[in-house]
Amino acid sequence: MAITSPDSAISGGFGTSNRDLIARRLAARHRSERMFRAVGLGAILLGISLVGILFGSILSKGIPAFTQATFHLDVAFDPEVLRIPERPQKAADQSVAEFNQELLSWQRRLRTANWNRLIQEAIAAKIPAAADNARDAIGLVASNERVKLWEMVEDNPAIMGTTQPVSLIASANVDVWLKGNIDRTLEQRYQQLSALQQQWSDALYEEGVISMDFSTVLFTNVDSRSSPATAGLLGAIVGSVMMMAIVMVVAVPIGVMAAIYLEEFAPKNRLTDFIEVNINNLAAVPSIVFGLLGAAVFINFLGLPLSAPLVGGLVLSLMTLPTVIIASRASLRAVPPSIRQAALGVGASPTQAMFHHTLPLAVPGMLTGAIIGVAQALGETAPLLLIGMNAFVASVPSTPLDQSSALPVQIYLWQGNELRNFFEARTSAAIIVLLAVMISLNALAIVLRHRFERRW
Amino acid sequence: MNTFIVVAIILIALGFAYNWGARASRSVANRTGAKMHSRPIYYGVYVMLWCAVPAALVLVLYLVFQPMIVDAVIGGYLPADVAADPGATRTAMRNIEAIASGYGIIGDVEPYQQDAADALSAFTLTARLALIALAAAAAIGGLVFAQRQIHPSFRARNRVELAIKVLLLTCSAIAILTTVGIVLSVLSEAIRFFTFVHPFDFFFGTTWNPRFSSTGTGGQGEYGLLPLLWGTMMITIIAMVVAVPIGLMAAIYLSEYAGPKFRFVAKPLLEVLAGIPTIVYGFFALVTVGPFLSRLGDVVGLDINATSALTAGIVMGIMIIPFVSSLSDDIISQVPQAMRNGSFGLGATQSETIRKVILPAALPGIVGAFLLAVSRAVGETMIVVLAAGNSPVLTANPFEAVSTVTVTIVNQLTGDTDFASPQSLVAFALGLTLFVITLCLNVVAIYIVKKYREQYE
Repeated sequence: MAITSPDSAISGGFGTSNRDLIARRLAARHRSERMFRAVGLGAILLGISLVGILFGSILSKGIPAFTQATFHLDVAFDPEVLRIPERPQKAADQSVAEFNQELLSWQRRLRTANWNRLIQEAIAAKIPAAADNARDAIGLVASNERVKLWEMVEDNPAIMGTTQPVSLIASANVDVWLKGNIDRTLEQRYQQLSALQQQWSDALYEEGVISMDFSTVLFTNVDSRSSPATAGLLGAIVGSVMMMAIVMVVAVPIGVMAAIYLEEFAPKNRLTDFIEVNINNLAAVPSIVFGLLGAAVFINFLGLPLSAPLVGGLVLSLMTLPTVIIASRASLRAVPPSIRQAALGVGASPTQAMFHHTLPLAVPGMLTGAIIGVAQALGETAPLLLIGMNAFVASVPSTPLDQSSALPVQIYLWQGNELRNFFEARTSAAIIVLLAVMISLNALAIVLRHRFERRW
Repeated sequence: MNTFIVVAIILIALGFAYNWGARASRSVANRTGAKMHSRPIYYGVYVMLWCAVPAALVLVLYLVFQPMIVDAVIGGYLPADVAADPGATRTAMRNIEAIASGYGIIGDVEPYQQDAADALSAFTLTARLALIALAAAAAIGGLVFAQRQIHPSFRARNRVELAIKVLLLTCSAIAILTTVGIVLSVLSEAIRFFTFVHPFDFFFGTTWNPRFSSTGTGGQGEYGLLPLLWGTMMITIIAMVVAVPIGLMAAIYLSEYAGPKFRFVAKPLLEVLAGIPTIVYGFFALVTVGPFLSRLGDVVGLDINATSALTAGIVMGIMIIPFVSSLSDDIISQVPQAMRNGSFGLGATQSETIRKVILPAALPGIVGAFLLAVSRAVGETMIVVLAAGNSPVLTANPFEAVSTVTVTIVNQLTGDTDFASPQSLVAFALGLTLFVITLCLNVVAIYIVKKYREQYE
């Protein structure tokens, strides 16, 4: 700037001492300029590095949970051990209810057969000492894996008396031990595995009987309390998908139509102003208040079932509605008015101008807004807790009125599980799944925007 | 499969009605030789609407009244001793419905059950047929009525457009209904709560100890709001201390210094923070930030709880950074370029221009953004549920566990169906407090931001 050069006109007026003063002040001012700039850059870098730390911490914890310690055993289906009677057949004079009862009791008999013995014998084939220590041997395998064995028999009774190769998930404690998620030097009385089990796990891992396989159960199983190693996300994923479908069916059309009304048809009056203020406010109401609304209206007043995806979907729809309306209005407003005026000029009615000309041009923007709204709803947890979704649900919902879990709620439940060593990784894996879905939704929105965006 | 067939039949019927109307309008035009007011498509849609709406009404009425009629039909067959006992009635009803559906029951069928089941299946059949006949009659009646109106001077387009407008208005009214629903439900349950606990004790009480209703020994417990409100405030203050400097400086750098390329990369990266679900932040606070702060405390010689106001506040601050930065960014870029040029012309450096000209000019807008961020922080739930430690005591020490309004709502009301005890009703009183606080913040903030925008437009 002008002051930096010893310009005669200025220096003449100030004298030497003043010039020194100005030069010093100038240096200080430039220093503070550089400082200010560095602080600004620092703030951005700090923000971005926080993103990095967050993702790094979740990924480093969660990625190991996608593989899981798995036994590869040869199980001999010994009829002498199992002693399962013939499967009942429906007699002609039986009512369906009676036949089902008989079938159920047969299935119960099947389930309570001595499957543990089969597992113990299969392990004993590798480690002879296991034959005498039933508890230690059975404790190595996740307790729900017996289901796999009886399902094999139920599907194909012919395998009785044969030996079949079976993959069984190891128990959570074995997984934690082999992955080193527990301090191996810890005193024995604090350890979850007995000394024998530790020894066997290591030996079997060396031999390759236990290997770290991709954890398909994470995606194909429902939550489980008794058998944490086989707890999966299937129920939560299905519940979340149902809720997203409801949000798309309810919030998106209603939001788009409300936006069309407010942009095109609403008369300028008190009511319209009120609706507008209302929508802006609703967008900023805390999500938990929508949960209270759901609990009071849908559950208490209308008597809809607790933990149902239908209720969750409706609550999330109400919550997403303002987002969709605001995004849809913005994209309607972005269409140049000349298009509407041209349509009106050649004799179209306002409705025709809107539906035939303005709306088709605004669709990509609306779609982007809708996808972002749905992604937001997918990650929402608090309102779902208030409509009973924090209940433990070990089944896949088949209709939107069944009890169900949801991805974010499953994360909430898993992080509170007392088996911390195992579930910290499992929770992080669930978070990775959730974030992956959200990021793909957002990426889709960005691609749509870039692909269809028009500059006027 | 059944639903699929029904949907298909309805679609075919609607298509038929549309076609009927469109064709009728063409034939009227040919016969009279006059020019129709609207294009055939509008006559088609008009007839279709007249066909669909009455039939839909019939269907809705049937769905509403069907359970009552079924109860009445079965009720006549129940013996007096069964009808007198509500539990036995319910069992009998279930059994009768099972027999009628052909599934059967376990054990012997009692004669009255068989009779009732026969009557029920006969009734169901008749009701189905009657429903189909009624719906069809309503549809055909509508069809005929609408078709008769088709005339060259009949303004079908205007009618159809009116129907569309009504639909659109209904949709925007849902936003109001939501607010009304929130206010009514929260307010009415909160008033019920205040019949148990005096509002004065609630709003000015300093002890929070709502004992469990199930034990029955603890009496009502104490419901003082102040410890929760204080916890909320403390966490919000910490969050703002983290978010405002970082967010504001980031916004200033992005809008005043950064080149377009840097901006293109940095802005979305920063906004990733806004898209992450809060439960993920909560987990991050619980397993990463909390233990880190606790270890840091050990090194410095401070006693910091892993779950504390500090942990929750810092992580909440991180969450709000993009919120503050993108709002401030918008506001700073609205300051007219002339003001910058004027300042540069007087010899000010860029940072002096920002500090002494742009920020004062943008201050009202930034305050609005700040208030919106506060409202966000006050209503945030999952981070505090996981990381604040849930201990409702009045403490000024940010290193200790606290509790907040939102955490307490979640704790008091998770899956209750009967709101009879003050223990669950208090959630609504807390929700009302939360709603009023955030509403005030939002209204003021939105007003300020709006005024600010108008100033420079």
